[in-house]
Amino acid sequence: MSTTTQKRSLGTVIWDYMTTVDHKKVGVLYLLFGGIFFLMAGLQALIIRTQLMTPENDFVSAGLYNELITMHGTNMLFLAAMPLFFGLMNYVMPLQIGARDLAFPFLNGLGVWLFIFGGLLMNSSWFFGGAPDAGWTNYAPLSVQSPGHGINFYVLGLQLAGAGTIMTGINFIATIVLMRGPGMTYMRMPLFTWTTLVTSILILFAFPAFTIALFLMQFDRMFDSAFFDIALGGNSVIWQHLFWIMGHPEVYILVLPAFGIFSEVIPTFSKKRLFGYTAMVFATFLIAFLGFMVWAHHMFTVGLGPVANALFAIGTMAIAVPTGIKIFNWLLTMWGGSIKITTPMLYALGFIPSFTIGGMTGVMLGSTVADYQFHDTYFVVAHFHYVIIGGSVFGILAAVHYWWPLMFNRMLSEKLGKLEFWLFFSGFHLTFFIQHFLGLMGMPRRYWVFLENQELDLGNLISTLGSYLMGLAVIVLLINVVTSYFKGPAPRDPWDGRSLEWSVPNPTPYYNFKYTPLTRGLDPLWIEKMEGDGKIKPAEPLHDIHMPHGSILPFLISLGFTIASFGFIYQLDGPHGRILIYIGMAFAIGCMIVRSLKDDYGYNIPKEELEKEDD
Amino acid sequence: MKRWMGKFKALMLFTFLAILLAGCGKENLTSLNPKGYGADITLDLILYITFIMIGVFVVVMVIYTIVLIRYREKKGQENEIPVQVEGNTKLEIVWTVIPIILVIIILVPTIYFTFDLADTSEASSSINIDVTGNQYWWHFEYQDEEVATSQDLYIPTGEKVYLNMISSDVIHSFWVPSISGKMDVNPENVNTMFIEAYEEGVYWGKCAELCGPSHSLMDFKVIAVSPEEYEQWITDMQNVDPEEVPDDAVAQEGQDLFQNNCMGCHALGSAPSGVGPNLTNFGDRTHFVGYLEPTKENLVKWITDPESIKPGNLMTGTYDVTEEEADKIAEYLMQLQPSEITPESAGGLID
Repeated sequence: MSTTTQKRSLGTVIWDYMTTVDHKKVGVLYLLFGGIFFLMAGLQALIIRTQLMTPENDFVSAGLYNELITMHGTNMLFLAAMPLFFGLMNYVMPLQIGARDLAFPFLNGLGVWLFIFGGLLMNSSWFFGGAPDAGWTNYAPLSVQSPGHGINFYVLGLQLAGAGTIMTGINFIATIVLMRGPGMTYMRMPLFTWTTLVTSILILFAFPAFTIALFLMQFDRMFDSAFFDIALGGNSVIWQHLFWIMGHPEVYILVLPAFGIFSEVIPTFSKKRLFGYTAMVFATFLIAFLGFMVWAHHMFTVGLGPVANALFAIGTMAIAVPTGIKIFNWLLTMWGGSIKITTPMLYALGFIPSFTIGGMTGVMLGSTVADYQFHDTYFVVAHFHYVIIGGSVFGILAAVHYWWPLMFNRMLSEKLGKLEFWLFFSGFHLTFFIQHFLGLMGMPRRYWVFLENQELDLGNLISTLGSYLMGLAVIVLLINVVTSYFKGPAPRDPWDGRSLEWSVPNPTPYYNFKYTPLTRGLDPLWIEKMEGDGKIKPAEPLHDIHMPHGSILPFLISLGFTIASFGFIYQLDGPHGRILIYIGMAFAIGCMIVRSLKDDYGYNIPKEELEKEDD
Repeated sequence: MKRWMGKFKALMLFTFLAILLAGCGKENLTSLNPKGYGADITLDLILYITFIMIGVFVVVMVIYTIVLIRYREKKGQENEIPVQVEGNTKLEIVWTVIPIILVIIILVPTIYFTFDLADTSEASSSINIDVTGNQYWWHFEYQDEEVATSQDLYIPTGEKVYLNMISSDVIHSFWVPSISGKMDVNPENVNTMFIEAYEEGVYWGKCAELCGPSHSLMDFKVIAVSPEEYEQWITDMQNVDPEEVPDDAVAQEGQDLFQNNCMGCHALGSAPSGVGPNLTNFGDRTHFVGYLEPTKENLVKWITDPESIKPGNLMTGTYDVTEEEADKIAEYLMQLQPSEITPESAGGLID
């Protein structure tokens, strides 16, 4: 997995990753920790489903159950799905636009370590008296009144991870706007790069609202403020607004990159350019724009009144239009093509019907009156899993199989990949399709037990069995990953790719491109394959390449904030916690001062050295 | 509007779908077999949208299947390059405009019924009930009649009953799937909704907003009886004498124990909402604690060890009674049956 061929000790590799500012290694860190959190959240899901296998089951206690659903949701959305996409974007997006790194490599390192420490902080709550238990939506006043430190870990963990997320979002925007290679105009950018840009814009506008909400929650829980305390004139519905102003765009943050991935995978394996490229780009923007107008459709039953409900219903349904455009464009991309069924393509093919169902139930939920029945039932659970698994997770898995040879210089086994797909796909539909009906039959979500003799038994049993199939699929993926390590290096451009990332040698050189690549149109590599010699033309003669130095400071700054976070939590138990705040803050700010005062001009790779390397 | 929906319903597939779904789930719990105004309208709307959506899905899947059959790479074709099509403006306009039309078709009845269900203009001339959500039980107070009860909500059939809902602690959500959709019960403001049951019956109610460990055990019932029976029930409840001494000696002891240990939180008669549920007609409850079979054994267990029955409840540890004493209290409580109108009058629970 390393980019150099010589053997290195484990310690050196770890130190290398701790200090890295290289977008590819940062990407790998995102994938590694996102993957770990994904496995944890998946395990939590299996425990939840086991509890719900039979009526009035007591596999886990009521309190533990609420902790499990909270951690499953929070881990999956904030610490698994989003970081996994960030890992893919980090690795692939600069290669797709012909850049040598992100605009701010140091900030990238800081972003990833803030995410890792934030995630570890939140998950450490299991060992410090109990995890958060008010659901991933963390509604006040239940969350404010929740005893113990669980919610405090939620607040501070997500605050740290969220800060990292915003930084990385800014970094992606700056990179795409400023660092595209010669000839890479906006309308020649691959769709994955486009969705990275739009996703980052969503993050930039959505996450600050959540940052504020978390601060208010922190003040209420730690410093006796009363933003959400009704008795003192606060208002708990404000939390719901702030949460969903982030929470709804969050859905698009999770699904747009998957759209981007499928817009890469489908043309590649259909040997045809993306149908309606311009429409796809504008549909992406439209979805993102409308995504900010619809947050209150999560709150139809709150009692906002018919006018607000009707307006938000209109906005919500409008999103179906650009999404429909995308579905038809993908279908028409395949139409007339020459479709090769590989594992990534299988995920794309599984995605289309699955996501269409998720989108259709989305329209149903958008109908205010119908939502009075659907809201907070298993119908909603089914809907958002169809969107998040059928969209985002299928996208991540497609991308992992698709870009694995690029990222790790190994091919994943197609045989195991297809087995994994069929297990995952059938398990997924078995788990969630029946849940639409469970919801309509009167099963609210977040129920620790369902009662006997309410005709909910069979549906829940089927659902649980389906979830085990999905668990099995993930085990197959892990076996695939481990065994691939022992295979030989992957061939260059194994899928007959169309975009720039496939033009670099394997493994990707740490400077990415020896020559600055020249883009001559959409799908630049494909153009060169059809009209040229299959090699990307250099835009300029060989120069020295300027590279940034690695730094341990991002790791140390994040560590400082984490120590301070523990201080904030434990100052509630006595003054000794405050010492931790001072130590942590002093440490983090000290590192920032060092970073600000110390000049680091990076280094140059001399032209002569580059000449020795492959093209 | 309603009539227009009725016409639509006449469509074969639509009716077929409705009949097929009505068998899904437990009667008086499932939203697919509506027994009240809100649930009825909502199911019509759900089926209407589903119908359109299935149409869209079929179109997508037909294209999808054709693509997969016709355009798979065949042996010997590996090196052929398909025509690189940029797009097709006409087609793209078609699949932009058609969804817009479909969305509008869905939105019109949606918006109409959104306003219809939010219309509370008749509230002042109807029955008004104050609903209070508590961790993990429901309190019901009949404003004008000065009657209070908990857990089992009695309403007359065939008329709109207005519920003015507020929470005493965290957010709950009031949901009786077979009668109506849900509405949140917030701690900061009163939310008003109406329910109307078409026929007599005991309907299951559920809390639909996560409210703590026992969220899933916060069940309640709506008992819809005929208007005459409802009047009778109100009168009976108004005439309750909370001090009335029971006939047998065990229950009398139970009453003393109850008054010494439990009355700090619980109330009898029309006394205002206390910390704990109003127990005026406790002996008539369909379930104890919201979900347990109404047997003395269950009640004793609840009194002696509440935590094992409803984790996180507020009753645990607030009093000290022996199992023997609990047995006497249970004997007393089970005799609290002030009215001839009971869940049986509505046909009882469907098992």
